[in-house]
Amino acid sequence: MSDLFRWDWVLDHRDDVWLALGEHMWLTFLAVAIGLAISVPTGIFVSRHRKLYGPVTALTGFLYTIPSLALFAFLTPVTGLSTTTAEIGLVSYTLLILIRNVVAGLDGVSPDAKEAARGMGYTDRQLLWKVELPLALPTIVAGLRIATVTTIGLVTVTALIGKGGVGYFILFGLSRSFSTAIILGAVLAVALAVVFDVLLLRSERLLVPWTRSSEERPA
Amino acid sequence: MADSMISLRNVSKRFANSTDAAVDDLSMDVYAGETVVLVGPSGCGKTTTMKMINRLVEPTSGTIVVDGTDVRKQDPVELRRGIGYVIQSIGLMPHRTIASNIATVPKLLGWDAARISDRTRELIAMLDLDPGLLARYPSELSGGQRQRVGVARALATDPPVMLMDEPFGAVDPIVRARLQDQFLEIQKKLNKTIVFVTHDIDEAIKLADRIAILNTGASIEQFAPPEEILREPANDFVERFVGAERGLKRLALIKVSEIQIEQGPVCSPRDSVADANEEMERFGFDWVSIVDDGELLGWIGQRDLEGRPRLTDITPRPFSAYVTKESTLRHALDSIVSSRTQVAVVAEEGQRYAGILTLERISREIVS
Repeated sequence: MSDLFRWDWVLDHRDDVWLALGEHMWLTFLAVAIGLAISVPTGIFVSRHRKLYGPVTALTGFLYTIPSLALFAFLTPVTGLSTTTAEIGLVSYTLLILIRNVVAGLDGVSPDAKEAARGMGYTDRQLLWKVELPLALPTIVAGLRIATVTTIGLVTVTALIGKGGVGYFILFGLSRSFSTAIILGAVLAVALAVVFDVLLLRSERLLVPWTRSSEERPA
Repeated sequence: MADSMISLRNVSKRFANSTDAAVDDLSMDVYAGETVVLVGPSGCGKTTTMKMINRLVEPTSGTIVVDGTDVRKQDPVELRRGIGYVIQSIGLMPHRTIASNIATVPKLLGWDAARISDRTRELIAMLDLDPGLLARYPSELSGGQRQRVGVARALATDPPVMLMDEPFGAVDPIVRARLQDQFLEIQKKLNKTIVFVTHDIDEAIKLADRIAILNTGASIEQFAPPEEILREPANDFVERFVGAERGLKRLALIKVSEIQIEQGPVCSPRDSVADANEEMERFGFDWVSIVDDGELLGWIGQRDLEGRPRLTDITPRPFSAYVTKESTLRHALDSIVSSRTQVAVVAEEGQRYAGILTLERISREIVS
């Protein structure tokens, strides 16, 4: 048992663990933020121009199916062993989920609320920002959760191009048949995914107070 | 008339995916302060007609003038902010509190917080809503409460014109009747110019100053006050649409004060028994109302008189029900058929005797 997992090694590499965690979160944050910055405008545009939804889904679906390893292999000659290479891959994988959820969220907005808003004199822009996006938010955040958890898993793969957060430990362990590092990397990746999932779920509830039932509200 | 608030001239609407016009060459005027109800079978174009007034639907041809201005020469957003709008599903913003929903248009118009809060308080009082609801979200309210919030929101900036698309369609009949009564009460005070869409002819009869009965393509079959539509349906379509019980429905629109009531047999408690017998004979009744100095005390039957020398010795029996001059003839009719005497006694406030209504008198009113 002591050979399978050596705490002393982990303690010796405390600083590396923190660095790897920091890098992992940074790569994830960057990928999801850029993915969101692309997906929200794209999703809004596509929901207004329905004919484009098919092609956009096909394209993002295609990106999603490219094996990550293959993608990095293709990109490395162009963008090198860089954060850019890692992010191109990571961002690509968020698009399918995020765009789909933005569109689904906007589709789910009650047509009555929209009609009433227009009838009362909302401009198109006010309708989008004050009615449609707030009401689509729960669905968008749900997509954000899935994208974040998926990205946390994928970041471990980017260790192959030297930008892998906790994936570095897995790679290191594999190359030396050193189980402690493999387990450490895997556990940290799973723990990160769980922590972020819970945090996002919490924030989702905070962002949509109107869906709470009356019993939960202070009297 | 000069005071036409909403005027439609030769208005047509063709939707791109349909060969028939949804609205075909419609012209009508809605005068300031009146409630015009558009009623007709589904798909007759009544909602489309209403939505062209605030340009949620753009007419294909024709002119619509609201308050002296051609709507097509106005910015649609500005136009809509000046017109109250209530739809069947209400369309409250689920992510905003009730207070914030009511404040929608005032906020769009940039009112300051104090003015909005004053107005909100005024509106919830007018609509009889609990101020405790202001911090709630729409999902926490009952259907009837939501409808009233929808009306409050439409009234927020006190717009002269209101468009209401089946606003009471989604609630149960009891709540609907209450909302309708409240609507009438508020409209009496505010005198808005209202275009109201419904498929329910009874709702139209109850709420309208004038009803426009529309057929396919929003063609007007009859445009007249409810009483006239019930009395003289213009054609078979209207007659069928108005449905059964036309006479009864008309009675609900006529108040006792609008028709001539009969005097009826009356005696003072100080009259003699012979006077009472004579009075009953004169009217062919077997009872007489006892009225003392204008105050209605009750009635005495022929058999009560036997063996009594004076009326003062007899205690008049109370009437089981009265109607007032504000009651409808339908109410009076109900009182007649459910009373032993087959007569409705009309009394004013403070038990002042006014007269009687008989079945014959009321049926004359239906036939006329």
